This record gives sequence, C-alpha cells and structure tokens, in this order.
Amino acid sequence: MVTQAVRTTSQERVKLKSTSAQGRRAAINSITLGLTWIATFAAIIPLVWVIGDVISRGLPYMSAEFFTSTFKPLTLGGGGVLHAIVGSAELVGIASLISIPIAILAAIYVSEHRNTTFGLVIRFSTDVMSGLPSIVVGLFVYTFLVSGQGYSAFAGSVALAIMMIPIVLRTTEEMLMLVPRALREGSLGLGATEWKTMILIVLPAAVSGIITGILLAIARVSGEAAPLLLTAQGSNVLSTSLSQPIAALPLTMYKYAIDPSPIRNGQAWAIALVIVVFVLILNLSARALTRNRVKGL
Amino acid sequence: MTSIPASVVRSPSARLGRALAHGDVPYRLITVAASIVLILLVVSFGLMLWITSAPTRTQFGLQSLISSDWNPSGEIFGSLPFVVGTLLTSLVGLAIALPFSLSIAIFLVELCPPRLRGPVGTMVELLAAIPSVVYGLWGLFAFIPAVVKPLGDFLLKLLGTPTNFIYLPFLSGPFFGTSIFASGVILAIMVVPSITAITRDVLLAVPAAQREASFALGATHSETISKVILPYGMSGILGAIILGLGRALGETMAVTMTVGNVSELPTSLLNPGYTMSSVIANEWGEARSLLHSSALLEIGLMLFATSLLLNVLARLLVWSVSRKNPDQRG
Repeated sequence: MVTQAVRTTSQERVKLKSTSAQGRRAAINSITLGLTWIATFAAIIPLVWVIGDVISRGLPYMSAEFFTSTFKPLTLGGGGVLHAIVGSAELVGIASLISIPIAILAAIYVSEHRNTTFGLVIRFSTDVMSGLPSIVVGLFVYTFLVSGQGYSAFAGSVALAIMMIPIVLRTTEEMLMLVPRALREGSLGLGATEWKTMILIVLPAAVSGIITGILLAIARVSGEAAPLLLTAQGSNVLSTSLSQPIAALPLTMYKYAIDPSPIRNGQAWAIALVIVVFVLILNLSARALTRNRVKGL
Repeated sequence: MTSIPASVVRSPSARLGRALAHGDVPYRLITVAASIVLILLVVSFGLMLWITSAPTRTQFGLQSLISSDWNPSGEIFGSLPFVVGTLLTSLVGLAIALPFSLSIAIFLVELCPPRLRGPVGTMVELLAAIPSVVYGLWGLFAFIPAVVKPLGDFLLKLLGTPTNFIYLPFLSGPFFGTSIFASGVILAIMVVPSITAITRDVLLAVPAAQREASFALGATHSETISKVILPYGMSGILGAIILGLGRALGETMAVTMTVGNVSELPTSLLNPGYTMSSVIANEWGEARSLLHSSALLEIGLMLFATSLLLNVLARLLVWSVSRKNPDQRG
C-alpha cells in the first residue's frame, strides 16, 4: 500500500514536469500545511473561551460568604457553597484512600507480569474501566450500595474510586516500567527480598510519576457530576456523615445551572470557576512533576 | 544448633515459613489480590447490569429497542429515541472533531516548531481536563446563544426550509438552540484531545525511513503526509476515532444540559433530542417503579456493552500499528 502510494507520487512527478504543475503542487502544499496551523489554533479557542467566560461570569458571584456559608434560600441572598466544598473534599479524599492502594498494588503486579495471560487480562480490565461511561459507574454503584440503604457519601466515594483506579494504575505501571532494570537487579543481587526491593528501591525511583497519576485522577473526578447524581445525590446541608447524602461542587453546580433564577446561574459560574481553577492547577503541577521524565504525558 | 539438617530447610513447610518471614509471599498475594479486585469489578459490572435489567427484558424483549414510545407513567419503555439521539450526537461530534484532531496531530508531529510543541500540546490536552458539567454550563449560557443559535438559524433558513431550492430535511426545524446539533458541537470539543493524543502517538510510530523515502522521491510535505504517513497509520487512526466515539457515546452532563431532553424520535439534527446517558441522569431519581428503573438499567447495559466493544476494537487497531514498529520516533 505504501510503496504503491510512493509510486503514484513519482508517476505524478513525471507527468507534472511543467513549471505550472510544480507551482500548483507547491501551492497545494502550502495551503494544506497552513490549514493544519489554522485548525490547531482554532481548537484552542474553546479552551480560552471557556476559561475566560468562567472567570468573567463567576468572579462577580464570589465573596467571603460564598466560601464560608452553606445553602440559603434566595430570599436570604442565596448563601454559599461551603457544604459542597466540604462534601467534595470528603468524597474525593475517601475515593483516593480506596483507589490508590488498589491501583498501585495492581500496577506493581502488572509491571512484573506484563505478558502473562493474567497480566494481559488485568491490563484489558483497566482499559475497559477507563472507557466506562461515568453514568454507568453510577448505575453500578447504585445497584450495590444504594438500593435498599439509600444515597450515601460512601457510595459516592466508591463511584469516584472506580473512576480513579484505571488512571492511577496506568500511570504507575508506566512509571514502574521506566525504572532501570539494573536498579532492581542490583538490589536483588545484594540480597534484598522482592518486596523490599519494590518498596525501598523501585517505588521511590518512580514516585514523582506515581504522584502525577494521582493528581490527574483527583483532577478527573473532582469535576464528575454524573456518577454522584446516582450515588451521593447531593444535599443542601453541611454533612460529613458517610451514610447520609452529601453535597459536591459539580452536583451543586449542575443544580444551580438548570435553576430558573439568574442568581443561582451566577453561583453556578462561580462554582465552575472554583472547579476549573482547582483542576487546572492539578493538571499543570502534574505535568511539571514529570516534565523531565516522560515526554508527552 | 550447627546441625540444622539440609532436609528441613528444603521441606516445603520450612520453605514456606522462610518465604513468609521474608515477606515475599504475602507481597505477591497482596498484589494479586488487588489485581483480582479489578477483574471482579469489570465482570460484576456486566453481571449486575444484566441481572437488574431482567424485568424489562422479559416484559418487552427486543420491543424496547425498536419502539420509540417512552412513557414512564404508562409503564411503556421503548428506548429507540435515546439510542438514535446518542448515535446522532456522537456522529455529529465525531464528524466535526475528526478534521481538527487529524490536523492537530499532523501539526504537532510534522510541522510544529519544537519551542511551540510543548505549550500547544498541553493546551489541547487541557481541553480534556475541563469537566463535562462545566462544558454543559458554558454550552447552555455562552456557546449556544453566541454560536449555535445563529449558525443553526442560518442553516435552517438556507437549507432547512421546504420552500427553498435546496431542501435538506435533516436540517429542518423546529430549532430552539438546545439540540442534537448543539450537543454534537460540544462533544466535538470534548473528544478532540483524546483522538489527537492517540493519532499523535500513531504518527510518531511511522518509521522515519518511510518519510525520508517519500521526500527523496520528490514528494512535497503535504503529499508525504497524505500518501505515505496517513496510510501507514490508518488502522491506528481508525482506532483513535473509535475510542473517541466511545467517549462521546457515554458523555453525560454536557449533553444532558444542551440536547434539549425531548424523548421523541428526532427527524432533524436541529431538533431537540435525548440521549441514553441523559435519560439515566434525568429519570433515575424519579424512577419509582421496578420496570422504569430496570428499563434505565437496560439502557446502562447497552452503554456498557457498546463501550466494551468499542474499546476492544480500538485497542486492537492501535496495537496493530505500534506492533509494526516497536522502536518509536520522538
């Protein structure tokens, strides 16, 4: 196929010997290449636009009260989103506690048994998990943890944990593969056991990459509303109980966004600003951590 | 003390004891256990959705897939409008995203000045970092009024009016702003980064010799790209597209907020519609009857099965390119 393509090109070249044809080919070349420039910068416009809008429309609704008080009816000024901030922190924190150990341990296993059948099955399961629609994760956790017991912060955390596992696992696995074999063999050769080699030598060498994965996973789930809709449900009161429904920033934002009141809409923009700033900081610091290690992560 | 018989050390129980003391056996067991948790999760996903959606399957069978009558209060559940809505929004999104993603990937691999490569790549990837629900808010209050509404009105007047010389029924009204078209455009923005990232990796895997041979034969850069590099990576690019499709199919919040949520079979891209994920998000909280929630679970099962299938297909395609050339460029 490729040789055929090259042959066509050379045939064309023979045919198009006249200078005008040469000129046409050169023109097509510059136009095509110019278009890729334009398309690339056109694709960046939405990013700038979203961030610009979130700042200009969200900032006016931010105040000390926005961060320090909980839900109030519109007649009392609408209140703030402290309950949602606390809820999000709790949901994401517990999700991290559940997902990070599982993901790192499984990544250790996969990195050492990449090409065994079991290793391939795990890698495939990871791919499937990372491609799962978030709403399906919500349905799944609902059937296990909510039906019968009711909506709860714990169910929400589990849903977020399921979304974090594949991200942390994949990055950790990649980072473990980058640790030079000689380091591992040196430690084993000196008589260290396998687990000591892993904990004292290999993991420390990969730690910045693993933290990158964790930061990216936290960034990803901090903005998730769909799975929480079916698990944590959302709430208007400040609560930290694991067995009760709990508020979260993306949930509150969604509720305020579809509210008819313009004040609620404005608060939704302000919440969007909080989420976007948080997510962008996490993403950029994750990149900064691994900039010198892997290109294009 | 000096006379520990060698046979004792070699006996299985003693060896086990020693391994336990070293900690290697528990270490392996723990890592295996964590891996098994993962596999169990994926298997139970499928099983759970299959079991819980049984009431609808036994009651309606295939009827629920081909009927477009969705009436929760009347206990009738035909999910065709959602399947069609999901397919249309995703295909519109993909059709818009594809030329951009290909151009960006080509730009990053072939043309970008090295100094710009990092920042441009990062900015494209940050498009994927913005949460779905933020895209929904932005779409609803900023993008639809500013771009989609005027553009849709223009298309409607130009091509979607029956009295016109050229009449395209799939661009006819009624058009309110929130529509399949609007969701498609926002989905396009959201899937550009994922298609771009994989396409870029695929293009990087094209051997330098292919490129150099084409240049040596006198081909221009654009000819080299369209006739040598893209054909070489075609199956991988196809994989990237399929993965992007999978992402678009399951996207929930941004679509729920911009698609209009009308559970009728759409006849035009400018009509409001409904998607599979949106109907789950919107109706789950109100689903009182067993049949209603089981119908929603069946839709979830379809989403799960589709994303599983697309994932397998995409991985196989991408894998077939990277296997051709194990030592990658860049």
